[in-house]
Amino acid sequence: MKHAVWLAGSIVALLALNFALPRLFNPYIVQVVMLCGINVILAVSLNLINGFTGQFSIGHAGFMAIGAYGSAMITIHAGKGWAAALGAAGIPAALAQAGPLLVALLGGGLLAAIAGYLVGLPSLRLRGDYLAIVTLGFGEIIRVLILNIDAVGGARGLPGIPGWANFFWVGAGMLSVILVARHLATSTHGRALFAIRDDEVAAEALGVDTTTYKVLAFVIGAFFAGVAGGLFAHYLSYLNPNSFTFLKSIEVIAMVVLGGMGSVSGSVLAAILLTLLPELLRPVKDYRMVMYSLMLIILMITRPQGLMGSRELTLAMFRRRRAAAAA
Amino acid sequence: MTGNGALLTLDNVTMQFGGLKAVCDLSLDIAPGELFGLIGPNGAGKTTVFNVITGVYAPTAGQILFEGKPIHGLKPHAVARRGITRTFQNIRLFGSRCCRDNVCIAGHQHAEAGLADAVFRTPQFTRDEARMQREARELLEVMGLAQWEETPAADLPYGQQRRLEIARALAGRPRLLLLDEPAAGLNPLETEELMHLIEEVLRRFHLTILLIEHDMRVVMGICRRIAVLDYGLKIAEGTPAEIRTNPKVIEAYLGEEVEADLGAGAGA
Amino acid sequence: MSEFLQQLVNGVTWGSVYALIALGYTMVYGILRLINFAHGDIYMLGAFFAYYAARAMGATSNPSPLMALAVLLVAMAGCGAVGMLIERGAYKPVRRSSRLSALITAIGVSLLLENGGVLVFGADPKFFPQIVPVKSLALGAGVTMTNQQLIVLVVSLGLMFLLRVIVLHTRVGRAMRAVSFSHTAAALMGISVDRIITFTFVLGSMLAAAAGVLVALQSPKIEPYMGIMPGLKAFVAAVLGGIGNLPGAVLGGLVMGIAEVMVVGYISPTYRDAIAFVLLIVILLVRPAGILGRNVTEKV
Repeated sequence: MKHAVWLAGSIVALLALNFALPRLFNPYIVQVVMLCGINVILAVSLNLINGFTGQFSIGHAGFMAIGAYGSAMITIHAGKGWAAALGAAGIPAALAQAGPLLVALLGGGLLAAIAGYLVGLPSLRLRGDYLAIVTLGFGEIIRVLILNIDAVGGARGLPGIPGWANFFWVGAGMLSVILVARHLATSTHGRALFAIRDDEVAAEALGVDTTTYKVLAFVIGAFFAGVAGGLFAHYLSYLNPNSFTFLKSIEVIAMVVLGGMGSVSGSVLAAILLTLLPELLRPVKDYRMVMYSLMLIILMITRPQGLMGSRELTLAMFRRRRAAAAA
Repeated sequence: MTGNGALLTLDNVTMQFGGLKAVCDLSLDIAPGELFGLIGPNGAGKTTVFNVITGVYAPTAGQILFEGKPIHGLKPHAVARRGITRTFQNIRLFGSRCCRDNVCIAGHQHAEAGLADAVFRTPQFTRDEARMQREARELLEVMGLAQWEETPAADLPYGQQRRLEIARALAGRPRLLLLDEPAAGLNPLETEELMHLIEEVLRRFHLTILLIEHDMRVVMGICRRIAVLDYGLKIAEGTPAEIRTNPKVIEAYLGEEVEADLGAGAGA
Repeated sequence: MSEFLQQLVNGVTWGSVYALIALGYTMVYGILRLINFAHGDIYMLGAFFAYYAARAMGATSNPSPLMALAVLLVAMAGCGAVGMLIERGAYKPVRRSSRLSALITAIGVSLLLENGGVLVFGADPKFFPQIVPVKSLALGAGVTMTNQQLIVLVVSLGLMFLLRVIVLHTRVGRAMRAVSFSHTAAALMGISVDRIITFTFVLGSMLAAAAGVLVALQSPKIEPYMGIMPGLKAFVAAVLGGIGNLPGAVLGGLVMGIAEVMVVGYISPTYRDAIAFVLLIVILLVRPAGILGRNVTEKV
């Protein structure tokens, strides 16, 4: 019963925000909000792999790309037709698009999840650094493949994706990934992931099937990266392989590291911060990347645990502060 | 159970790394309820025996039977699920997690709620999680670690860390517990407490314990039977009294100082 | 047949460049267990330092082998200094941190060098002056080699030989090998681990710089992002040969160079970059320790 209430309440809230946002703010701000949301999904999904389980995955953009292009192809070749048919049957546009969009997003996520499985399984016996290189190689291979496959537009890009993704969908994606991550973290399965991060040998010796769990982290992380990619595709209406380079993977890593590996709220905060930062630094555009790289270096030297370490932002923190201030 | 009723049987087990035979043709029978000691000079292959039993390595030759069924070649988590858990020579706690979490993780193999239950927070999950936390707390209580429930494991004093490792291994509900040098680094008082703890744990949880130790007081004091390894070979097996006076054992440990230790153990 | 031999010659020449860069990767990994992502960018800096040195010394107006040598040495010295700076400034502080922190620091340094390069040098490509005029040499059996290729080969081999002498026959080299086995043990033997690590970085950077100059001699277009792909490929080469293993790096570099040239020649130029990743996946799935590497198992 409690769950149903929360679910209904969230949907209502998202619909309200979706309605209000474009009417309260100019399109530029709305765009930044949307990109924030997509980056939040990317950061939290990567945190599952890098932060919770301690695996070195540095090719996350590859999973995003698969989700983006996969969902785009599903929509272009099937979804558009369904939406049109539903619309012709009298169903209002928003609902007619909702079904096909959901199918496309889940489809893209599923394709990315499969990729996560294929990358994860053979690589897991590799030591940390080697896994990093394999994931890097994977990301690059995906990009090169996309560049060379004409059916998805190749270097010219893929236009003509209906722009069905609005704040409702991005918000729903965000809430889903945060929920899944938090519920995992505070369960025995999450504990298993953290155990693998802290000491894989001990975890295995205590009955945790480390291989299965490492692959699981990859699959779930990749799934949500794919969903983020799908939202990205259906928001921009156009895809280009240059959006999915190693640099994109690094940006997501930076968010996870800045936020604190293992902290979901940290990833959310950092994703928002690091999406806003380039916008705020637009005046010094030339120096932006230099400052970005300096930030990474200085962060690692001075505060490698990031903003939140592995703690979470909770209401209890604020209550304690108020109590302390009142005392 | 095998014909001879042993809980664990090692049958001509050999573990070879390249040119080095770490364990050579080892045969061992451990009866249920026993407190069995495994001793020998450094490098004798004792931890390797543990590693082979728990599946970290698959033996180069030979068999390992647990409760009559072969376990050699199984992966460590499968061995743990069969009912064998262990502690490590160099403490391997999950340092960033609190003590309760460390113990809970060992209970993972007995979790009844699946992944979907956890994500969707079904009543099944809530019940299961509450049970795991409660059992972890009880175990910490029994081991005298209740006050450190919320403390990260890395912040515990050394002696308590060793206890936590044992508590964690117990949470796996093993029938056979492997302790790898549990007294390492403990002072005489702590060692005394540890000896009582191990005997208590053996009784209370109806366990069988296989113990690697260098501290002769511990070995001679609490073990019913002892096997001695040297360069991967078993050179003696028997009761503490028999081992104490075995010339091959004394020679392997190089003589008089050890003789004195073994003698001291007799008085304990 | 002669085409195959020609490709082989080209491949070996390219491969020796990869070998020079791979040696730097493998030395740093052997001593620090760190993948120095910024190494490819040192290669780029080598080319740029040489470019500016050549202009300052008037190499275009009077090209000569001596001039080329001077430019090479300046580039190597400059990059050696940069290597030392990076090690002391960015890597030393994170030496005690987790491996992921060190990896991210390395990525940060790489980005810094690339984007700093764009700021300082400008994003538009520069053209390296032709210090050594091109001549073609016939080797017989229809195989030709440019004198530039010959220089690349000779200089690379010379530097590799020099490195081998340093590592195997000097005290510093022995110290390097000791530190790569165990920092603690080496320190207990009286070796200043910090100094040796810095020295390793300097050495590796000098080799990468040389590679940059040699490549710039052949393909004169240089730009700040030119180090990314060669760096990645050289790293794959190091892994191929067995990371941490010096002869392995040379072997890996040669295999990489030959494979790349063969793929471009016999299959298609579009897959030039892809072959590196294919080799990477294959070696990691089949033999992660590399061709000459040893499998080091963790003691439980």
